[in-house]
Amino acid sequence: MARAVTTQRKSINTLVAWVIALLIFFPILWTILTSFKTEAQAINDPPLFLFFDWTLENYAVVQERSDYMKFLWNSVIIAGGSTILGTIIAIPAAWSMAFVPSKRTKDILLWMLSTKMLPAVGVLYPIYLLFIQLGLLDTRVGLVIVLMLINLPIIVWMLYTYFKEIPGEILEAARMDGASLRDEILYVLTPMAIPGIASTILLNLILAWNEAFWTLNLTAANAAPLTAFIASYSSPEGLFFAKLSAASTMAIAPILILGWFSQKQLVRGLTFGAVK
Amino acid sequence: MKYFIRTLLGATAVCALASTALAETITIATVNNGDMIRMQGLTDDFTAKTGHEVEWVTLEENVLRQRVTTDITTKGGAFDIMTIGMYETPIWGANGWLVPLDDLSAEYDVDDLLPAMRAGLSKDGTLYAAPFYGESSMIMYRKDLMEKAGLEMPDAPTWQFIREAAKAMTDRDNDINGICLRGKAGWGEGGAFITVTANSFGARWFDENWKAQFDQPEWADALNFYIDMMEESGPAGYATNGFNENLSLFQQGKCGMWIDATVAASFVTNPNDSTVADKVGFALAPNSEGVEKKSNWLWAWALGIPAGTQKEAAAKEFIEWATSKDYIELVAEKEGWANVPPGARTSLYENPNYKDIPFAKMTLDSILAADPNNPTVKPVPYVGIQFVAIPEFAGIATEVSQEFSAAYAGQQTVEEALAKAQALTTDAMEAAGY
Repeated sequence: MARAVTTQRKSINTLVAWVIALLIFFPILWTILTSFKTEAQAINDPPLFLFFDWTLENYAVVQERSDYMKFLWNSVIIAGGSTILGTIIAIPAAWSMAFVPSKRTKDILLWMLSTKMLPAVGVLYPIYLLFIQLGLLDTRVGLVIVLMLINLPIIVWMLYTYFKEIPGEILEAARMDGASLRDEILYVLTPMAIPGIASTILLNLILAWNEAFWTLNLTAANAAPLTAFIASYSSPEGLFFAKLSAASTMAIAPILILGWFSQKQLVRGLTFGAVK
Repeated sequence: MKYFIRTLLGATAVCALASTALAETITIATVNNGDMIRMQGLTDDFTAKTGHEVEWVTLEENVLRQRVTTDITTKGGAFDIMTIGMYETPIWGANGWLVPLDDLSAEYDVDDLLPAMRAGLSKDGTLYAAPFYGESSMIMYRKDLMEKAGLEMPDAPTWQFIREAAKAMTDRDNDINGICLRGKAGWGEGGAFITVTANSFGARWFDENWKAQFDQPEWADALNFYIDMMEESGPAGYATNGFNENLSLFQQGKCGMWIDATVAASFVTNPNDSTVADKVGFALAPNSEGVEKKSNWLWAWALGIPAGTQKEAAAKEFIEWATSKDYIELVAEKEGWANVPPGARTSLYENPNYKDIPFAKMTLDSILAADPNNPTVKPVPYVGIQFVAIPEFAGIATEVSQEFSAAYAGQQTVEEALAKAQALTTDAMEAAGY
């Protein structure tokens, strides 16, 4: 009897999980479906779900109008560069906060996070002026730096949480065996925190890939990533939903595929130490 | 002779080298509207003629506005040409942020620009941006539904006629709304529409001393009329409908009438997108009985050069190309006369090929009926019909339109919305030193 209840509960849980997952995924699914419709089918009422004349025309138009590879390459460099740079800076920072905390460590962590509470537009003009002075406007280097700085608090926080789960005694043992600080971080701490570091990198990559304020405001023709590519298909005076959906699908496809293949690591990392 | 030929060849080579050296790459910020996309597709013609290359930065209208405003106010130099509207041009021109377009070539024929457009894009008589396309607003209506209702649309109807016609055309069982109008918050969306509607009821934003006028009865009349008519004959959720939502409804045959931008005419009469393409008629935007001002606006998307660009000469060449008579001919040749950028040049409306386009005459009549220097019945200290050409307007009007949209959605009364609009406008204007 108990076994039957468990099975029933399992089935319900599975069903609920599927429904929630489908609800969350539905906007993306709808965007992908719309990208294969004509503009007239895209606005049809009642909406057409699967039974319509599938067309690749929107993808052809988008390919013809925009240099997709240029935007994609910019996204890869900006998201990848800011993530790598951020991780290199955050690992030693999180190590010191986790294993050599001072009286002010908690305050510093909170202060770092508080910078995320400021609306980005509040510092648009100062950063824009700085970029002009430093010649960084519309450059990938400039965006790598800005996105790294924006996401740094989150990287440090996440790594700090993972590092706190690692017993300090292991690091002490390494030190007793004569490991230098560099060796301790590189060969002892980092391998042990690989799941956490991997999920931090993945999450940061997704955040940087999707960042749409600074990437739109600090770029023009040279360094614009895929967010600018999508924005170029949005129009308040004209119905171009199918083309916009095709552009969106092309923009999210790489990160969607990456997320799909790395979901195990992502979930493992995000739940690391959650059930202790 | 040999010497002569050698000299000639040498001179040709020098000229070729010089023209290569002078070839520039200009960066243009623009919006994703149909006419702009067409222009991007035809850029090769410009490159072939001048040797200059063009890099396009296409953005959604609101993003573009923020982007180019940031760049021009900080002298960022990210763009050599910006696509701007009638609202920004005179303000930016007065601030010295735009290069005056006072030395355009004789063959450009600046006098051919429609006077209303030229005036709206000038400050103290100096043109600061060249109109790429212009628009007003007008009534687009279903001729079949109007006939079924036993009515005939006059060329210049009143709001009272429109309300009666909307009621007669409404068929809730068949999902047909008598009238579709903008209600969405935003100064360029529902804010623009209710401003011109209020103009046609005798209202104004400010009196001669820059005092807000939302406490005057004309505003209450306009808002109450609009809400009553939309409740009777408008679509559900009209408070969140903007241009695109209404375009979608009209194209699917769910609106008897739609009053909006004249550029919409080419969309609703395009059989590829519209199910009612062959049933659409046009009329001038209405006015309230006894009020002479009509509810039509005036707008132009124009090309301006930010002051300080290093590529001013190439940018001017592009503007002359993109807003020329030859460009219109080029579009007509490649894509047909229905797709040429409308509302910028007088000669277009004198062209016999264009006169056959069903909405051409009404578009011109609507543009000619709009007077941005004299937009309201009572005198005002400002220029602009659906906007007030002062820097503070965009912020104030966005908030005011939010209050109005809340009233359309039934979240507050008209009196409450107007009281809030009066208070916030008064505060903002006082803070700005008016």
